[in-house]
Formats: sequence, structure tokens, C-alpha cells
Amino acid sequence: MDELLQEFLTETGENLETVDRELVRFEREPNNRDILHSIFRLVHTIKGTCGFIGLPRLEALTHAAESVIGRFRDGANVNAIAVTAILETMDRIKDILSELADKGEEPVGSDEVLIGELRTLAELARTELSKAELGGIGPAALDAAQAESDAIEAGFADLEMTSVEPISTADALAAYLARHKAAVAAADDDDGLDLCFRAAPEPARGRDGRIEAPSRPEGASPAPSEAKPASPTLRVSVDTLEHLMTMVSELVLTRNQLLDIARRQTETELKTPLQRLSLITAELQEGVMKTRMQPIGNAWSKLPRIVRDLSGELGKRIDLVLDGGETELDRQLLDLIKDPLVHMIRNCADHAIELPADRLARGKPAHGTIRLAAYHEGGAVTIQVSDDGRGLDLTRIAAKALAQGVINEAELDRLSHTQIARLIFHPGLSTADSLTAISGRGVGMDVVKSNVDAVGGVIDIATSSGEGTTITVKIPLTLAIVSALIVVSAGQRFAIPQIVVRELVRVTAGSDHRMETINGAQVLRLRGSLLPIVVLSDAMGVSPGSEDGFIVVTQIGEQRFGILVDGVFHTEEIVVKPMSSKLRHIPLFSGNTILGDGAVVLIIDPNGLARFVGAAVTRQGAVEDRHDGDPEVVRERDTLLVFRAGAATPKAVPLSLVTRLEEVEAKDFQHGSGRTMLHYRGRLVPVQTIGGAVLRSAGLQPLIIVTNGTMTLALAVDDIVDIVEEVLDLEVMASDDGSVIGSAMIGGRATDVVDLATYLPAHLSACGSGSRMVTDTVARQGILLLEPSDFLREMLSPVLKASGHRLAAVASVAEAREAVDESMAAILLDLDRDLQGTLASIAAIRERSPAVILGLTTMPTPELQRVAAEAGIDLVIGKFDRRTLLAALAEHDSGWRRAA
Amino acid sequence: MSDLLSPDAIDAGIESLDYVTVMIGEQMLGLPIRRVHDVFITHAITLVPTAPAEIVGLINLRGRVVTAICLRRRLGRPAEQRRDRQGNVEWVAIGIDHGRESYALIVDAVDEVMRLPPTTLEPAPAHLDPLWATVATGVHRLHDRLLVALDVDALLDFAMPAAA
Repeated sequence: MDELLQEFLTETGENLETVDRELVRFEREPNNRDILHSIFRLVHTIKGTCGFIGLPRLEALTHAAESVIGRFRDGANVNAIAVTAILETMDRIKDILSELADKGEEPVGSDEVLIGELRTLAELARTELSKAELGGIGPAALDAAQAESDAIEAGFADLEMTSVEPISTADALAAYLARHKAAVAAADDDDGLDLCFRAAPEPARGRDGRIEAPSRPEGASPAPSEAKPASPTLRVSVDTLEHLMTMVSELVLTRNQLLDIARRQTETELKTPLQRLSLITAELQEGVMKTRMQPIGNAWSKLPRIVRDLSGELGKRIDLVLDGGETELDRQLLDLIKDPLVHMIRNCADHAIELPADRLARGKPAHGTIRLAAYHEGGAVTIQVSDDGRGLDLTRIAAKALAQGVINEAELDRLSHTQIARLIFHPGLSTADSLTAISGRGVGMDVVKSNVDAVGGVIDIATSSGEGTTITVKIPLTLAIVSALIVVSAGQRFAIPQIVVRELVRVTAGSDHRMETINGAQVLRLRGSLLPIVVLSDAMGVSPGSEDGFIVVTQIGEQRFGILVDGVFHTEEIVVKPMSSKLRHIPLFSGNTILGDGAVVLIIDPNGLARFVGAAVTRQGAVEDRHDGDPEVVRERDTLLVFRAGAATPKAVPLSLVTRLEEVEAKDFQHGSGRTMLHYRGRLVPVQTIGGAVLRSAGLQPLIIVTNGTMTLALAVDDIVDIVEEVLDLEVMASDDGSVIGSAMIGGRATDVVDLATYLPAHLSACGSGSRMVTDTVARQGILLLEPSDFLREMLSPVLKASGHRLAAVASVAEAREAVDESMAAILLDLDRDLQGTLASIAAIRERSPAVILGLTTMPTPELQRVAAEAGIDLVIGKFDRRTLLAALAEHDSGWRRAA
Repeated sequence: MSDLLSPDAIDAGIESLDYVTVMIGEQMLGLPIRRVHDVFITHAITLVPTAPAEIVGLINLRGRVVTAICLRRRLGRPAEQRRDRQGNVEWVAIGIDHGRESYALIVDAVDEVMRLPPTTLEPAPAHLDPLWATVATGVHRLHDRLLVALDVDALLDFAMPAAA
């Protein structure tokens, strides 16, 4: 039977039992508000649910009953007739429910008479209520009331037509008795009321032309709560279960600790009882886990209906095949995947399944099939949504991705079909030709993916043109206990959820598997592809360890990266405990746990760690930002140098502005004419203190060396603290002397961001500090950067922004043409990727902007210089020659200003 | 000036004010005894990289994970490490519940439990460090020194960066 229906019956059965008890009291105290209220609630609930799961007969009946009881609840007087009518209604509901429980569908039959009677009662009660309100107000009002009651009588006249035989219209009691005349005839004719009561306990079964009486289970109790559910159920609040779960988790931990102790002792009498305890604990844990488990079928009970409705709307013929609905899953997870499932099914129906005619033309059956399957697989639940529709249109996805700048052509060339298909998980990529009411509103598979990501699951897609698509979602059984790999980094243990771990690779310097560096980014060559590496100790802000260790190859959706750790211990089932609210802001950790030896270990959030992977992630970020529609609010991560100088509050400068960090013997300083100089690399460099830092007279003095094209400056600080990567959320709050731009949360601490410009000689400060954006009252000129490589674009962006310019970074020549405008002071063009295309576009750019055009290349060969100069590029600069670039910008910047 | 008193002080104010007194350097501080559920010494704290400076790390307190907060750092003083007789690093901690979570305040040392008449509680002096002023409910003048009474809730209510 339908899960939903089953649930409905169980719930209603329980409610009915409660009301049954109250009904006994109801007969004695018909005007007791509390009883009326609980009956009302029951009827109301049934009514609501009926509408939802499609039980028209019950719905009509409960609707009528609800309005009567509602009136009584509002204060109308409950008379004997009403009592009987309500009792009969309850009986009727029970009858229908019990048949529903037996046959799984609503019995055929008519409740018109009863409903008509209930309506009449409702009208009477309403009149009574309005009269009570109007009491003594005036003849007009009374007239109105009279008119109303006339109308009611007319209603009675209608009722009369449908009722068994004509009776006096004014007497509802008579009407009632007439309908029940068999019972009445048998009874002694004492008085009406008595009759009613005698009639009431005998429910109106078998009347109203209902079809053959159902074969009711033995015991003949009409209450479905007794008749139907196979095993008795008990409703327990989720809180209780959660608490039980927590306690069992604690027990598991304690047991683990005991086992650990026992392991270290040889031959103790503890062994046997401990083993028993261990077994019992495991069983208990399983049992408690089971209470949280629900068949996944609960999450898809609505789907057949949705698909049926969709088929109608779309004019398609779709069969939905559900497989493995009994597969159990933690209810918390069930809630989380409900919506994504509905979304995927809708997508299938809307986009994938073709119209019957098209299908026949392709030699497929007219009926499309959507298959939803769930099964357990290696400690996780796999859910597959497959269809036999047209398959994904990879060409269109690719075109869309290109158009929306998700990827560029060069990248596209390298993508396999599967990888192109995976692009549908990118935010904002909807391939529907037209927006329909059903799906295709631009939020689509990316939302599904993020939901799946959120529960630590993985999603993948396989498609074959003309044959169909299969989406596979793999989610953990539960969020409470996960299997985790215990690793060590910088002397500290961490847990990495096993579900994201693909493989382990041992790396040692000089061996086949070793870390390599590309432009500062660490990578591992693994079977012919380059795997970006996150050094765990770096991410943790601890000093980097050795390059020997293990790479934990991690996969989150389509993103793969390696985590370098110093060592790997083992896999352990860990009980996830939430992070303290004071630590929840740290994206690196998803929770913590206690290991067998009692140590608290942090659980790494692979999604949080993935942010440390450069290009692959920032690309996604860039796409999201573009959808924000404002390239100025790109939330980039800046690398910052954190140091102390004077006050307790740490200070920071963007690392991109720092040339070098040095430590110098204090005796090397040369003092003279009020200035301190340092003989540094063959030059005399002025030394200045930052903030309240004091220049040491002995020992080593930490210095930040800042070079600005031609000028070098040594800034003395008290202490270099750290280099951190952070989304710089600057709260501008300039200090009195202008040496601080504002403050930002860096590494979880409020940190002053220093304006280096105040320390640099005025004429050189143009390219010295990002503070110009803030301190200059005139908005700075823009720079357009065309750089197809995401990684390089990300690398150059902070440098350029730090130089104080408004930056527009684009990935293709076409976008560059779009973006260029007169306010641009400089246009930086990549010459590596598409030299001809870029050079060809220069004329067009020249037309639209008077800006200086600089060419960027990794290899500034004389040949390239010549070609570029011919095409009208002012200067060709090496991509990694940041200093020359900044100098060139500063120069042209001031030139531009003079001209302005 | 009773509006300076925290609910802690007012509730307990009828009879007496009971404190667990702790030391930070030479300064004696009082924590309302009703809020203290544990006093313990631990040798193992799991550091939390990139955590706010006030947070020392996480401690396993009989199967519960509690967040250890350095009272010194919280009060704007440099942290100090304490060693036991064998030279191992140890932490003296006060177990406190705040909200629905458990915390451990790391202190230099735990002194005695003190019962003081509410009348001896004076408002904190006006020139007290603003950081201290926000967490102090008042000051008791003992015969040889001052006891600064702390408001546990204010102490644990330090600004956190928004969830990233």
C-alpha cells in the first residue's frame, strides 16, 4: 500500500481513538468546548490530508462536519440532533477509513444525505450565532436574520428532494428520524431526544446505497488503528531519539576507550565482559540507528502523482518505475534529499522524455520511462534516476557554457563527453530552450548538487544521445556516524570523511611520486594528469612540513584534489559531534569526534578545504560572481602578511605588495640625520617603523621589504606572525595618521590593514598600495585584463587591484571587446593563448578606448615584441614580471593623468 | 547601582554571593559557583587551527567535547603555559555551561570557594580597562586584596566572525 496512505491511516487511527474517548463525554456535555475542539481538530486534520492524497468522499464529509463543529466551537448551542449527527459522522469516517485500510482505496458510496444534514445544521447554527450577535438591535437586522432562515428552509426543501421521503421542512429532527425510520420504528416512541441517542450508537452502515459491505477483519472493530497496522507503532518525539542517539554515541566512545586500554594490557579478566559489552554496544547502536531510519520510499511517495500530472500537462506519456523504495536512510538525510529528487524527476519529465510522436519516430515505445532506484552499496545509499529520453544535448551545453563564460574554448577541447555533461552541475546553466513552469528557471542541477554536497554525498551523470541519461547520487547512510580516515599533519591528527577519499599515494622527494611546483602551486603527477595539492599544514596555518608523506586523493563531485598529510593511520567509524558555536565559522572543519584513545580530533570538511585549491575553485567563484551582475564585488581571497607592530591588534598588508621578508642584525642599521638606513643588497635603503613598532637596538630585527619599481623601503615590525589567505572583508575606518585603511577579520581575529602608501614617498605611492581606492576621492581608472587562464587571471587580479585600479577581468577576446570603455586607463592582453585573434582585435579596441595597451606573455621573445608592436601594442611584458608591470602601469597612469 | 549586577548576582544576592575564585597572575577573580560544574586539570587539548586567539582548543571531558577558552587571552593578557612536576604541559580548567554548550575556562590556578555578603560587592571602578569592565559584575574588597567578580555569560559572549 502507498506509504503515505499507510501513514495517514496510522495517524488518523490514533486521533480517532482519542476522540472516541471524548465522544462518550460529548454525549453528556455536548457544549464542552474542549471536546468540541479536539473533534474539530481531528476532522480538520483528516480533511486536510484527504485533499492532499486524493480521497474525495472523506474530504466532502469532513468538510461538512468541520463547518458544523466550527460553528459550535464558536458558541452555537449544541442540541441533541447535532450530537447525533456528529456521532454519525464520526462513525461514517471510521467506516470509510477501515475500508480504506483493507482495500487501499476509498469505498464507493454517497454521503449526500448526511452531508446535507450537516449543512443544514451548520446554517441553523450560523443563524443562531448571528441572532445572538444581533440580539435586540433592531427589526431590520431581525428581518435579515429572518431572510436567512428562510433561505435555510429553502435549503431544507432541497434536502427534502434528496431524502428518502418528503417530510416537514422546518423540523430537522423529524427529517433525521425519518431517515432513520427503521431504527426509530423499532424503538419505543418516548421522545425525540431519546430516540436520537438510541439511534446514534448504531452507525449508519449499509445505508445510502453503499456497495457491498467490506469484509472487515475479525473483532469487527471499526477503528482502523486496531484493525490495520500490522505491528503497533509508538510515536516518539525526535528529540528523545536524538538524545538516545547522543547517549549511544557516548557509549560507543567509552567502549572504544575501554577496548584501547584492554588492548594494551595482556591477559586481563576484563577481556570477556569487555567483549560482551562491545557486542551489546554495537547492537544497541544499530538498534538506535534503526529508529532514525526510514524507507526512502517515504521521500518519493509524492512522485507518481507528480509524474502523472506532468504527463498530462506536457502531453507526454511517462511511466515512473520505482525500485528499492524499502532502502532505509537516516530521516535527517531523507528530508534533505526529498526536494532534489523531485527536481530531478521533473527535469526528466520536462526535458528528457520526448513527445510520443517523436519517440515513435525514433523507434522507441511511445511511453517514456523514468526509473528511480535506490540501493545500499558499501556503507552508502546510491540513488539512480534514469530515463530513456533523448539524452543530454552536449553541443548545446557546451555552447551555453561557452556563452556564459563557464569555460573557454581551449578548455572545452580538453573535456571528455562526461565532463561536458557534468557542466550541468555548474550554477546558472540551464539548457532549456524555453522556460517552462515545470523546470528550467536557471536554478537546476547546481542546486541539486549543492544539496547533495551539503550532506557529504557525491553526484555524477552519464548520458548517451538518444538513449537516455542516468544521474547517480551517492549519499552516506547517516550523518551521525561516518567512516573516516585518520591522518596526521604537523603532529596533529585529523579525520577525513572516507566518502570523498579515492586513493592514497605515498610521496617522497626524489621518487616517482613526488610533489612538483608550478609557479608556486603544488601539484602531483598522477597517471598522466596533474592533481592540485592542498598541503594540510598550510591550510591549517601551521608551518609547512616536509614534502614526504601521503597524498589523500579527494574527489568532490567533479573536482579532484590531493591533500598532503604527513601520515595516515587507519579508518575508523567516528561519531560526528557538531563544532562549538564559537568555532563554526571555520570552513575547514565540519565537526569533531573523540577517538578510541580519548583524544579529540577535528573532522575536516573537504568542501572547506577545496577552497584552498586555486584555479578549479576560483573558476566556480568567478561564474557565481558574474551572475551577481557586478564584477566589482568579487569576493576574492587575498593573501595577506600578518605581523605585529606596537599595539596588540595584529596588522596586515597584502602579500602581493611585499617584495621580501628579512631579518637583519640591529647593529647593521646606520643612523644619521634623523633617518635610519640599511645597507641592503648593495643599496642604501631607508628603514621606517610601522605603527608603534620599536626599532631594536640589539638582536635580529624583522623587516618587510617593499619595492616599488625604483624605490626600496624596509619597514621594521615587531614580529612577523603569519601569511594567511582570506576573503578580505575590509571595514574602512582610516586611522588619524592615515596609516591604517581599516580592519578586517583575518584568521578569525580583527586585524588592522596597513596602508603602505603612507610609508612610501608620495610620488611613488601610485603603485604602492591598494589603499588608493579608498583614500583617493577621485575614483581610480580602470584596467581591463584579458587572460584566458583562470589561474593566471586570479593571480594577476589581486596585484592589479592592489595597484589601486578598478579591474575588469575577462577570459575571451569577445568579452574583452564588450568590456572595454573609455574610462579604461590600461588594457592588458594575453598574447599566449590566441595571439592572432588578440592582435586582430586591437584595432577595434583602439577605436573604443584611448588606453595604453600592454601585452602579457610568459615568453617575451624579440619576435613577439616585434609582431606586437606592429599590431599596435605599446609594450610587451612578461606575465610573471610583476614589478615591471606595476611600474609600467604607474608610468602610464601618471601619464594618463597629466593628459587628463 | 544594582543595575550593574548581572542576573547571577541578583539571584544569589539574597543570602550571599558564592564564588569559585581563580587566579590570573596575581589577580584574583571570582566565578559564580552556580555556573561552575567542574574544576579539572587536563593534559590534552586538541588545538583548532585558524581558531580565534581566545580559544585554546577542544578538551574531552568525560566523553563530552568542550571548548577551552583561555581566560588570560580573553582578558587581554598574554597566555602562559603551565607545567606539572614532570614538566608536562597542563591546563587548569573550570567547566561552565553557556547556552546549550559546554566550555572550559583555562586559568592559572584555582583558589578557594568564597562566600561573601552581597553588600560587599561594589561596582567596578570607572577606570577599569573597558575589556574588563564588560565582563566584571563588580569588585569585592577582601582584607588583603581585591576580588573581581566575573559575569560568565559576558565572558563567553565574545564576538565571532560570521560563518564563512
